[in-house]
Amino acid sequence: MASILLNGRTVTVDAPPDTPLLWVLRDHLQMTGTKFGCGAALCGACTVHVDGVATRSCVTPLEAVAGKRVTSIEGLTGPVGNAVQAAWDKHQVPQCGYCQSGQVMTASALLAKNPKPTDAQIVEAMNGNICRCGTYGRIKDAVREAATTLGGRS
Amino acid sequence: MSTSQVTRRDFLKVSAVAGGGMMIGFHLGEANAQAVAEFKPNAWITVGPTGAVTMTCGRSEMGQDVYTSLSMLLAEELAVDPRRVKVLHAPADPAYVNTAIGAQITGGSTSVREGWEPLRKAGATAREMLIAAAAAKWGVSPGDCRAENGVVTHGPHSAPYGSLTAAAAKLTPPANVTLKDPARFTVIGKPLARLDGSDKARGRATYGLDVKIPGMLYAAIAPCPVIGGKVVSFDAAAVSKRPGVRAVVDIGDAVAVVATHYWTARQAADALQIQWDEGSGASLDTAGFFRTLEAARGKSGFVAKQAGNVATALGSGAIDAEYRCQMLSHATLEPQNCTARVTATGVDVWASVQFPEGARGTAAAVAGLKPEQVQVHCQFIGGGFGRRLENDYVAQAVMIAKAVPGTAVQMIWTRPQDMHNDFYRPPSLHLMRGAVADGRLVALSATLVSPSITARAFPSFVQNGNDPFMTEGLVNLTYDIPNVELRTIIEEVGIRMGFWRSVSHALNAFAVESFMDELALAAHQDPLAFRLALLGKLPRQRAVLERAARTAGYSATPGSGRAFGIAAMECYETNAAVVCEVSGTAERIKLEKITIAADCGIAVHPDQVIAQLQGGVVTGLIQTLRSRITVRNGRVEQSNFHDFQLPRMNEVPPVQVELVQSGGKPGGIGEVGVPLVAPAVANAVYALTQMRIRSTPLEDGGVRFV
Repeated sequence: MASILLNGRTVTVDAPPDTPLLWVLRDHLQMTGTKFGCGAALCGACTVHVDGVATRSCVTPLEAVAGKRVTSIEGLTGPVGNAVQAAWDKHQVPQCGYCQSGQVMTASALLAKNPKPTDAQIVEAMNGNICRCGTYGRIKDAVREAATTLGGRS
Repeated sequence: MSTSQVTRRDFLKVSAVAGGGMMIGFHLGEANAQAVAEFKPNAWITVGPTGAVTMTCGRSEMGQDVYTSLSMLLAEELAVDPRRVKVLHAPADPAYVNTAIGAQITGGSTSVREGWEPLRKAGATAREMLIAAAAAKWGVSPGDCRAENGVVTHGPHSAPYGSLTAAAAKLTPPANVTLKDPARFTVIGKPLARLDGSDKARGRATYGLDVKIPGMLYAAIAPCPVIGGKVVSFDAAAVSKRPGVRAVVDIGDAVAVVATHYWTARQAADALQIQWDEGSGASLDTAGFFRTLEAARGKSGFVAKQAGNVATALGSGAIDAEYRCQMLSHATLEPQNCTARVTATGVDVWASVQFPEGARGTAAAVAGLKPEQVQVHCQFIGGGFGRRLENDYVAQAVMIAKAVPGTAVQMIWTRPQDMHNDFYRPPSLHLMRGAVADGRLVALSATLVSPSITARAFPSFVQNGNDPFMTEGLVNLTYDIPNVELRTIIEEVGIRMGFWRSVSHALNAFAVESFMDELALAAHQDPLAFRLALLGKLPRQRAVLERAARTAGYSATPGSGRAFGIAAMECYETNAAVVCEVSGTAERIKLEKITIAADCGIAVHPDQVIAQLQGGVVTGLIQTLRSRITVRNGRVEQSNFHDFQLPRMNEVPPVQVELVQSGGKPGGIGEVGVPLVAPAVANAVYALTQMRIRSTPLEDGGVRFV
């Protein structure tokens, strides 16, 4: 049994300690917003926040997040998350949408840490997230927009 | 303004539904004779007693915006707010056959083209019946009533649709309905947020992988490393006693482990020791594929397009070139997966599929039941690109589920399994010959040698060597050339091939449009002027090429360290042109900008037409830059995104879309952005470096993109 602080609640999970957080979320907790893409931290579809840091849950074992604050797309709230998702709506980013939970989580972690990212910093932060549909241009626009909303960029 | 003959018998059926709503069933596309005789309508619209409109969408939503754009067609004529249309995934049923293809398939950039008339007619018919019901209630002439935003009005009278559906459902549908003049459209061509966009930004859309059935188990597989290989033996006991493991199943080409949780199943499957019969596929390799294609060059094949006398016109002094494209994987971001439950009397399948009818047939065959005993529950698709036209993963899931009757099992592939067990974009060889005189192109000969996807997947579509999914991009050549001979030769190489977004358009466009630049050079012409001179008879095509060039600031001599490349074609009834601007040197080429102009006649949902073209261009970059699938000893050498590299944000340049709408009916759009990218970039690379790269990916030709 392991306890994690997930989306503001303490959750106890009966899973082997080496189970990747991704599958803990999806199978044990039935929270499917976090996606499986590559299993090797190469695509970013499984991104969650661990103590506020964008983290690939597909390679993060449950035992590594014991006692830590984990936020999944289902628990993304607050001004940064809201601004990011509103910007995603405004720029009509998603196509198939499968990567977008991860994109939104990576963008939110970036803006929480750095509300005034340069274009180069946006690319650096987002480059680990693959969008197979090719929505990169709109993702970039949406991150800029969210930064502006949050007062960081003008 | 068009008036359509709509009758109850050949077009639609209206019926009352419980609670006072009305339901309209209709045919998408031209109703085929058999469907009319049996009256199997293939899409259903319900206007409920609350006025809620539900559309059961027979096309799969894989990002290409069918949910929203098809709802817009309906809403325009039904006179409702498209945001109030609730869309449901259709099940597998002959009623939902795509008449543009002849099967329940989402592909070929057909959805909006096929739905354009019948969805609007269905909406108009329902609207007229709701108006008639209101007019009868008020004792006024229907012609004096108006329908707007889900409400019928006449002077002081007003009735929401929901209050009229019960009466309307009893009326005879009108024989004729008048469709709106495009100038009066209030929904089509207007801004609208995607109906599925908000959920997708919040992790709320349910894909195949997200299906949860109470009591569900999970399956992981250990497949043969060689496609087509078979299980000989394995030691099930080594893992079957592990906590949580429920079954170890031989499914022929793989061994599956069923467990209470996926990670348990995954680890057990990885621990299995399996002896394989790798079969004849074990000797295959990429070099052999191309040797096979080259050996077929002398075959006569199929003549897709012919004019004049090419042999004479080429005479002496012809220019020759050969082009090659490497294989590609679809690499949908959602790995293949399927949830299945088998009982003695039926099968349920939950999956992301582009061919639900095929999934149903496959599941029935595996379970030994009739197709009618199979329910396919379609889900949002986490990337299709043609991969999910194949139902191999459905067959595997049903086979596994048979081992635990009555329990749903979700089978999930790993990324390497997905890459190793794809239906790949075929390798191709193009033999090109051309001749120029007085600055003009006088003869062009092109021969595509490649395996036929269609011959495997839909054999009846290939007649006398004519595979329409190989001739596309050749038969629709836009240039007016006096002597032309365009040919296709089917040559199998021993590994399974699949439809990959834009299919042979991409193969043919790379060869034809790259070679056009070589011919322009031979004719001492600017590549743009050379093409424009051959488009006098096709003003729409000429206009998009001019538009793309103007917008991009095209110049044959832009100054040192910069260059432009162009490419143009007609595909899916849409005219398109791409201009790529590059800078740098051969060792460090930077894509500065890609401009695409497209004339799709009318854009139903313009923002998402733009989105499809933007995304299509990025898909085009996959084959252009460095991605390729290679085979050695029967094994696909790439396994994940480190060695099958997809474009990432840092190297995707700004993509400017110029949408030209010259009117008429909509052209296809979902695949249009893809095929012209490789030749436009290759032409730009040549202009920059004087290196003519005749193979994709271009990095195999000795350049590097940054």
